[in-house]
Amino acid sequence: MSKLLKVGAAATAALLSLGLAACGGGDDADSGSGSSATVSDADVTAALEKGGNLTVWAWEPTLKNVVTEFQKKYPNVKVDLVNAGTGNDQYTALQNAVAAGKGIPDVAQIEYYALPQFALGKSLTDLSGFGAESLKADFAPGPWNSVHSGNVAYGLPMDSGPMALYYNKNVFDKYGIKVPTTWDEYLDAARKLHKADPKAYITNDTGDAGFTTSMIWQAGGKPYTVDGTNVTINFSDEGSQKFVKVWQTLISEKLLAPISSWSDQWFQGMQNDTIATIATGAWMPANFVSSAPSASGKWRVADMPQWTAGQNASAENGGSALSLMNKGLNNNQALAYGFVKFANDGDGVQIRVDGGAFPATTKQLSDPKFLGTEFKYFGGQKANEIFAKSSQNVVTGWTYLPFQVYSNSIFNDTAGKAYVSGTTLADGLKAWQDQSAKYGNEQGFTVK
Amino acid sequence: MTTAVQTPAANKQLTVTQKARRKKRQGSVVLTVLTALMALYSLVPLAWLIFNSSKTQGDLFTSFGLWFSDGHFALWDNIRDTFTYNDGIFLRWFGNTLLYVVVGAGGATLLAALAGYGLAKFSFVGKRAVFAIVLGAVAVPGTALAVPTFLMFSKLGLTNTPWAVIIPSLISPFGLYLMWTFASQAIPDEMLEAARMDGAGEFRTFFRISVPLLAPGIVTVALFSIVATWNNYFLPLIMLKDPDWYPLTVGLNAWNAQSTTAGGEAVYNLVITGSLLTILPLLAAFLLLQRYWQSGLSAGSVKE
Amino acid sequence: MAVSQPAVARRRRSWRGWQFVGPFMLIFALVFLAPIVYSIYLSLYRNQLIGGNSFVGFDNYQRLLQDSQFWESFGRVAIFLVVQVPIMLFLALVVALAIDSGRLYGKAFFRVSIFLPYAVPAVVATLMWGFIYGDQFGLVGNINETFNVSLPNPLSPHLALASIGNIVTWEFVGYNMLIFYSALRVIPGSLYESASLDGAGQFRIITAIKLPAIRGALVIATIFSIIGSFQLFTEPVILQPLAPNAITTYFTPNLYAYQLSFSGQQYNYAATVAIVMGLITMVIAYVVQLRGNRER
Repeated sequence: MSKLLKVGAAATAALLSLGLAACGGGDDADSGSGSSATVSDADVTAALEKGGNLTVWAWEPTLKNVVTEFQKKYPNVKVDLVNAGTGNDQYTALQNAVAAGKGIPDVAQIEYYALPQFALGKSLTDLSGFGAESLKADFAPGPWNSVHSGNVAYGLPMDSGPMALYYNKNVFDKYGIKVPTTWDEYLDAARKLHKADPKAYITNDTGDAGFTTSMIWQAGGKPYTVDGTNVTINFSDEGSQKFVKVWQTLISEKLLAPISSWSDQWFQGMQNDTIATIATGAWMPANFVSSAPSASGKWRVADMPQWTAGQNASAENGGSALSLMNKGLNNNQALAYGFVKFANDGDGVQIRVDGGAFPATTKQLSDPKFLGTEFKYFGGQKANEIFAKSSQNVVTGWTYLPFQVYSNSIFNDTAGKAYVSGTTLADGLKAWQDQSAKYGNEQGFTVK
Repeated sequence: MTTAVQTPAANKQLTVTQKARRKKRQGSVVLTVLTALMALYSLVPLAWLIFNSSKTQGDLFTSFGLWFSDGHFALWDNIRDTFTYNDGIFLRWFGNTLLYVVVGAGGATLLAALAGYGLAKFSFVGKRAVFAIVLGAVAVPGTALAVPTFLMFSKLGLTNTPWAVIIPSLISPFGLYLMWTFASQAIPDEMLEAARMDGAGEFRTFFRISVPLLAPGIVTVALFSIVATWNNYFLPLIMLKDPDWYPLTVGLNAWNAQSTTAGGEAVYNLVITGSLLTILPLLAAFLLLQRYWQSGLSAGSVKE
Repeated sequence: MAVSQPAVARRRRSWRGWQFVGPFMLIFALVFLAPIVYSIYLSLYRNQLIGGNSFVGFDNYQRLLQDSQFWESFGRVAIFLVVQVPIMLFLALVVALAIDSGRLYGKAFFRVSIFLPYAVPAVVATLMWGFIYGDQFGLVGNINETFNVSLPNPLSPHLALASIGNIVTWEFVGYNMLIFYSALRVIPGSLYESASLDGAGQFRIITAIKLPAIRGALVIATIFSIIGSFQLFTEPVILQPLAPNAITTYFTPNLYAYQLSFSGQQYNYAATVAIVMGLITMVIAYVVQLRGNRER
């Protein structure tokens, strides 16, 4: 902990000096103030009653309703909810604001994979002083683990993405293909399907860092280890190799639709039966409903195919936390914590679940009403049962790199080559490993 | 030297004689067909935009790109939805863009006119340096300067305000170049001398005598600055975080990207319709002011 | 480009012109010069996530010289420059000459319609072409299906640069055409008359009179196109999500600098890339200008 603190302080100092060099502006020395402060529940309640302004950066659509209800409950608080971009765009803006030391929001939405990077940069507030550890039982273990970096909580989990296999039932029925329960069966299904209809593919993939790491995670791979500033990256472990073997076959036999996820063609493919399955997080239903409306009734949800028959391993894909930023605009962390707790642990959770979000709280995940929800889009299927089960079966012990945001950004430069040229996926991942390690070393980590 | 100066009036005369001379010539079918191919290339994507802004989000994906869909003709619905989606934020972006254009492009035109005139009609200390510095600085990629600029503006408290977009758009090196060449040709030195003899101040002389002569050049520079500001993307992207201050370009791309998240909604039909609505005012401005900017460009580019 | 000194009396050689040039230069200094100076300063330091900020002299420049990613991106825009810019300027010139020849039917229509794409913001143009380029369900896909052909994916790795070149050409042919056309319009009629008295043909008139007369416009259009090519950014960055494996994070120098500073937080090295690209662009623009003027 103290080691990490030191490292963090150095990083903050570095960022500060960068910002200050611009104009030689005034120095504020208390850069680490957020971590040592103790804020009791009473302080938080008092802050909520007293009121004030809060600036929140988030792109999660259901937070809008949460803010409305929050302000109704605490009329003295005025929340400015800003959509500063989705994912990477927002991190860029956030990093810029931190570098400049100005215009930092009080609360920010940060995906789990990006959290260690911001925690290490000392941009986020250590929540142990707020008594966050006492909330452990409220959250599913996967997301709870994800908001921690070096045993310190740097945010409260907002949503989670336990993985499931979404499949187009029409397509499977039409060609009499069995829904795969293992990845070997998946491979067979891919071949059968593409043979039956050359325009149809088992899934689309043009190389996606988040998907790849989640798949390796599910296969039990642990390519990253982080111990302070000592980092290892290694894609030759058994779990990673399991994934490489299956996926290389899919690539080599041209069984993957060359369509990037989240493109307009992707949504088209879901609706015109050319993409038969999507393995992704439990947050996907809302996207199906809003972006692929005409396929309503065709799709269903199944457990993730397994690497070893008979197991029930799962992994997280996506999901994000709300974190308190150091040096936030309004400098009112008790109030900020009050909001985060309301949104992620209090009344806000149900509001967001009603809006279509997938929770990270055990209360909702075990709520019979939640589990019994029938999804019209999935032909009345009670999909939450599958998601909740997946949430419990997430393989433990996974960590992301403290520079995962950068590392993911170069995935397509390196591993992506395997999807469009003769490079093998194994070589691609090796190149990804090398480039990531190179960056880590440049940034002062010791990467092996 | 004085004989080489071409006033816009002289230009017009020349054009008239050219036209008279050319009328006699036969039209060429081959040449017309070749140029028509070029026009087709220019217009097909715009036609694509028009056809597709008449489709619903669903039809967009299922119908042929270069024709209307068999389904519902949704142009009016799309336009209405574009203006009302997200509490009518499109209109707000439209207003922001107008603000940036009026203040940014207007200021850019004024500054370029003043400076171009100063460079053309005065001999002063450091004039050569001005030209060298301006041309040299233009060569440095703006994108790469984005972070330093951002950090500076942030220290000045300008980020996330309209000023962060407006101040950088006040500088148009190409506008300066155009005004410079235009002013050296359009304003006879004798007229300035005469005004000075009468005891008029420099600025009075500029606004009373020179501005009317510079009018076509000013319209041209204004139009180019308007296009540059209207199309500005990267600068507002990094300077602004609050969607309430976005210009249309950043807003449209945000709509395009919003489907890429959990719970996000794909609104490609609105992106396409919004794109169409974004370019219409510019097209209108160009068509309406055609006469001015063409003569302005003519004088600007004749450099002998 | 070199503006001839107007006939202003010597005695007025003073500071008076600064009244007019001053405001422009002041803001210019703020938005151009200050960031450049700051970038030079940044390029001499290195800042690490772990370890902080330290003065490293010319280390960043040395690293750049050996950085294969940078040179790959530079090579790419260099190819773009020698292929796309001549094609675009040639097309623009041909259309300008065609319209100027007076032998076109409906010349006003052509002039306006070819110019129209310039009014389309680069973002909108790229989004639009991105939809069109879709080889599964976009216009390219439509054509493949309707005519039962198989056009290659325009956004595959070996075609992506050409597809971007097409977008840029589409955007700027009209603009350059207009600059050339305007220059052609003001060629004194007397030049043509003497030429036709000499019995010169159309082709001869073009090479002997028209092209030399618009050399100034050609030079300026070339210089701005060179600067534009080296700064290529918006088009690739918007197409990137559609073709992540073809458009790498170091596809162009500008994209590389953007990636370095925004994803990698390597502000110092990004500043170095910016400075070096600026220097290279300046040298090339200067050479073009010198050549253009010498041949005059």
